[in-house]
Amino acid sequence: MSTTLAPPREPSGAPAEIGSRRLTERVFRVRETGIIAVLALFVLITAVIQPRFVSSSNIQFILVDTAVYALVALGETMVIITRNVDLSVQSVLALSAYLSAGLFGHVHGIPIPVVFLVGLGIGLAFGAANGLMVSLGRVPSLVVTLATLYIIQGIDILVVGGNEVVASSLPAGFVDIPNATIFDIPWLAIVVAAVIGAGAYYLRSFRSGRELYAIGSNPDGARLAGIPVARRVFTAFTLCGGIAGVGGVLWAAQYQTINTSAGGTNFSLIVIAAVVVGGVAIFGGSGSAVGAAIGALLLGTINVALDVLGISDFWDQAIAGFLLLLAITLDRGISVRLAAALRKRSARDAA
Amino acid sequence: MDPGRDADRRIGGPGEGAPPNSPAASEESVGRAPNGQHADASQGTPQLSLRHAAKAFGAVHAIVDCSIDLYGGEVHGLVGENGAGKSTLVKILAGVYQPDSGELLVGNEPTVLHGPAAARDAGIAVIYQEPTLFPDLTAAENIFMGRQPLRRGRRIDAKQMREHARELFKQLGVRLDPGRICRGLSIADQQIIEIAKALSLEAKIIVMDEPTAALSAAEVNRLFDVARTLRASGAAVLFISHRLEEVFEICQRVTVMRDGRQVLTRELAGLTADELVRAMVGRNLDERVADGRAAPGDRVLKVERLTREGVFIDISFEVRAGEIVAMSGLVGSGRSEVARAVFGIDSYDAGSVTVHERPLRKSSPTSAMAAGVGFVPEDRRQQGLVMEMSVQQNMALASLGRLRHAGLISGKSERNFAADWALKLRIKFGRLTDPVSQLSGGNQQKVVLAKWLGRNPSLLIVDEPTRGIDIATKAEVHRLLSELAGNGVAILMISSELPEVLRVGDRILVMREGRLVGEYARADASEEKIMSAATGQLQEQAQ
Repeated sequence: MSTTLAPPREPSGAPAEIGSRRLTERVFRVRETGIIAVLALFVLITAVIQPRFVSSSNIQFILVDTAVYALVALGETMVIITRNVDLSVQSVLALSAYLSAGLFGHVHGIPIPVVFLVGLGIGLAFGAANGLMVSLGRVPSLVVTLATLYIIQGIDILVVGGNEVVASSLPAGFVDIPNATIFDIPWLAIVVAAVIGAGAYYLRSFRSGRELYAIGSNPDGARLAGIPVARRVFTAFTLCGGIAGVGGVLWAAQYQTINTSAGGTNFSLIVIAAVVVGGVAIFGGSGSAVGAAIGALLLGTINVALDVLGISDFWDQAIAGFLLLLAITLDRGISVRLAAALRKRSARDAA
Repeated sequence: MDPGRDADRRIGGPGEGAPPNSPAASEESVGRAPNGQHADASQGTPQLSLRHAAKAFGAVHAIVDCSIDLYGGEVHGLVGENGAGKSTLVKILAGVYQPDSGELLVGNEPTVLHGPAAARDAGIAVIYQEPTLFPDLTAAENIFMGRQPLRRGRRIDAKQMREHARELFKQLGVRLDPGRICRGLSIADQQIIEIAKALSLEAKIIVMDEPTAALSAAEVNRLFDVARTLRASGAAVLFISHRLEEVFEICQRVTVMRDGRQVLTRELAGLTADELVRAMVGRNLDERVADGRAAPGDRVLKVERLTREGVFIDISFEVRAGEIVAMSGLVGSGRSEVARAVFGIDSYDAGSVTVHERPLRKSSPTSAMAAGVGFVPEDRRQQGLVMEMSVQQNMALASLGRLRHAGLISGKSERNFAADWALKLRIKFGRLTDPVSQLSGGNQQKVVLAKWLGRNPSLLIVDEPTRGIDIATKAEVHRLLSELAGNGVAILMISSELPEVLRVGDRILVMREGRLVGEYARADASEEKIMSAATGQLQEQAQ
C-alpha cells in the first residue's frame, strides 16, 4: 500500500539555501524594523508640529519615563515567550516600591544597593510563587497571575494602609538616580538598555534561553525533547517577578511618593501591550526582548507626544489600543505572507 | 518507483520478500512463543530488552504483556493494527510513560527511564509518528535543542550548529536550509529533521515510529540507507510501519502485537506477508472492495478552469453521484490545494466551482457545507479534530444545527448521534466522553468521517483518508467509501498510494505541477500509466 508518489529531490544546492535564508531573515527583521519605522514617523510628525519635542530635555524625559516599563517588559517577554503571561507585575512592583523605599525611613543610613536587593528579593519571592503554581500546579498562568495580581494588591493595601513613603524620607543619592546623565543621556536609560541587551543575549545565545522559545513554540514537543519544562517556566516567572521588584525600587526613586497607587492601575496591561507591539508573539515561541523594549519606548513616546501636542489622555489609550491591533494584524499578515512565499518557493524548487 | 514495494500485491501473492542475505536472520533460528517467553539469542546480549511490560490508562489496557529484545546490528520490525499498543511501547522506550510492571534492560543493566532526557542519555533516540518540532525555531535549532554546540562561556555556537545541521542534511541527501524556521515545512521535511536529530544523537538504540507514513518513495529509500548505515555501525533499530513490504525490505526480525499483547516474534526469513497479516488481525482480510455499483448518476460537482496562481492552473473536472473520483499525483503537485479551494478553505484566482448546478461562493466553507459538501482533511490532528474535545463532541461538531433543541445542544441527542455512528463505523473507544486524542490514529480518522457522514453529504472530499492507519482499518475505510458511493454520494478522494487509487477510484485524475495531466477509467488505469503521467515521462517520451 505504499507506492507513494513524490518527486525525487535534488541534492544540496547552495543558491536556493541562500535565497531562503534571506527570506527568513528579512521577515524576522520586518517586525522590529516596522515598529522602529512607526516610532520614527511619530517622532518626526510631532517634531514638525512642535519642535520642542525633540529637545534634549524632552528626550531625556521620555527615556527615563519609559525605562521602568521597558525593564519590566524584559521579564514579561521571558514569560510570554513560554506561552504564558504574568498579569501580577504591577502589584509586585507596587508592593516592592513601598517596602523597599520604606526602608530608608526605618533603617537609618541603609545603603542604596541593599534597598535594590530587597526589592529584587521581594519580586523574586512573588515570581517564584507564580512560577510554582503555573509549572507544578499546572494551572493556566492567566488564572494564577490574575489571582496573585489581586492577592498582592490586597497585601499592599493591608501593609500600606493610609500610609505613604514621602520624598523627604528618601536620601538624595536615591532620588537623583533618574536625573543622573552622561553626555546628556540618562544613566538610568543606559543601565536599563544594558540589562535588556544582556537579557536579549541570554535568550538568543544560551541553551536555557532557547529552551524558553522551544517551550512556547511546542510545549509537548519540548517535553519529548527532554527539556525541563517545569523548571524553565518556573525560572521565567521568578526572573519576571525579580525584575518587577527592581522596577518597583526604580519607580520609587522616580516618583518618590509611594502609596497604594504606585505603578498605576494599568501597569501590567501596558507592559504586555508593549511586549506584543514589540513583536513578541502572544502565543509564545518568537519575538525578542529588544523588540519589547522598543515597544515600550513607542508607547512612552506616544504618551509624551500627545501631551506635548496638547491632545487629551483619552487619545493616548485609544492609540495604544490601535497600535496593539495593528501589531497583531501585521503579525498575522507577515505569517500569511511568509507561508505564501515559502509555498511558492517550494513550488519553484519542485519544478 | 519499485513495484515490489507494494504491500497489497505481496499480501495477495506468495511472500517473496525477506532480504536475501540478512546475517541475523539466517544465523538465528529461534521461534518465540506467543506468550512472550524468550529463547536465547545467538548474538549475545541485546542492546535493549523489555520484559513483560504492561501499561494501562484507566480502564484501557494499552499493553498487557509485551517483551522485546533489540540487538545491535539488527533492524527489528514491529507491526500491529492501530490500537495494538505500538505507540505506547514506543513511549515507554522513550521515557515518556513508565510501565506499570515489567523490566527494562539497557545494555544488560536494569534501567528506569524517568523522562525523555533519561532515555536520550541512555542512548535511545526516538523518531515519532507525528513530528514534534518547534515551528518557530530554525531547522538547526530543532535538531540540536538542548545539545547545541557551545563556545566559550557556554554560549551557543550558532555557526557550528548550522554547519553540523548542513552536514547531516547532506548525509541524508536533502536540500534543506538549516537556518529556515520550521513553520510551513511539509510533513516529509519535518520528518527529515526528526531523522537528522536522531542521527546527530549517535544513539545505540533508534526507535522509528512509522517514520515512512508521510514520506515519498525516494525519501523512504534514503531513510532505509540511513537505517542500514546505522545497523552496520552496530546500532539497534526498532522499525514500526504499516507497510509490510518495508518491514520485509529493511528488517531482520519482526514482532507482531495485537490488543496489547505480543503475539509473534521471529526472524523474517521464511515468513510470508500473509502470515504476518493473519498474526496482526487474527483473521483473514477481505481485500475486495464491493464492485458492481450502479452507473454514476447526475453530476454533483463541476470544477471549471480553477486557477490559483503558483499553486494550480486550469483545473476542470466533474464528479457524479455514486462515483469515486481519485486524484493522484506527486506530493506537492497541488492535489490537496485543489480540494481545499473547492471546499472554500483557500481562495482561488479564476474559475468556478459548481455543486448541484449551483455555483459555490469562493472561500466559504459554510456555503460548501450548506450545499452538502463534506471535507475530511489530510491532517486529522490539526484540521480534522479538536483533540481536547470528547469523541462524541467531535462527531457532533458538524451537525450541531440538527442536535439543537430550543437553541441548546442536547447532551442526550449528541450522545445518541455519536453512539449510532460509532457503531456504524466500528469505532473503538473507551467512553464517548473520552478526549478524542486517546483514540488510535485509525479510530480518529473514523471519527472525522463520522463527523461528516452525520450531515448526509452529497459530495464528500477525502484527502489521504488512510494515511498512517493500519491495514484492517484501511480496508474498512475503503469499503465504507465504496458503500457511500453505492448510496449515491459523490466522492473525491486524494491519495498518494497508487494501490488505493486503483482499488477505490472509479475514475482517476492525475496532477503534475499544478496541472491536470491525465484521466483514466479504472479499467484502463495502471500504476505505470499513472506514474508516468505524474512524473511527466509521457511528455518526454512524446518529444
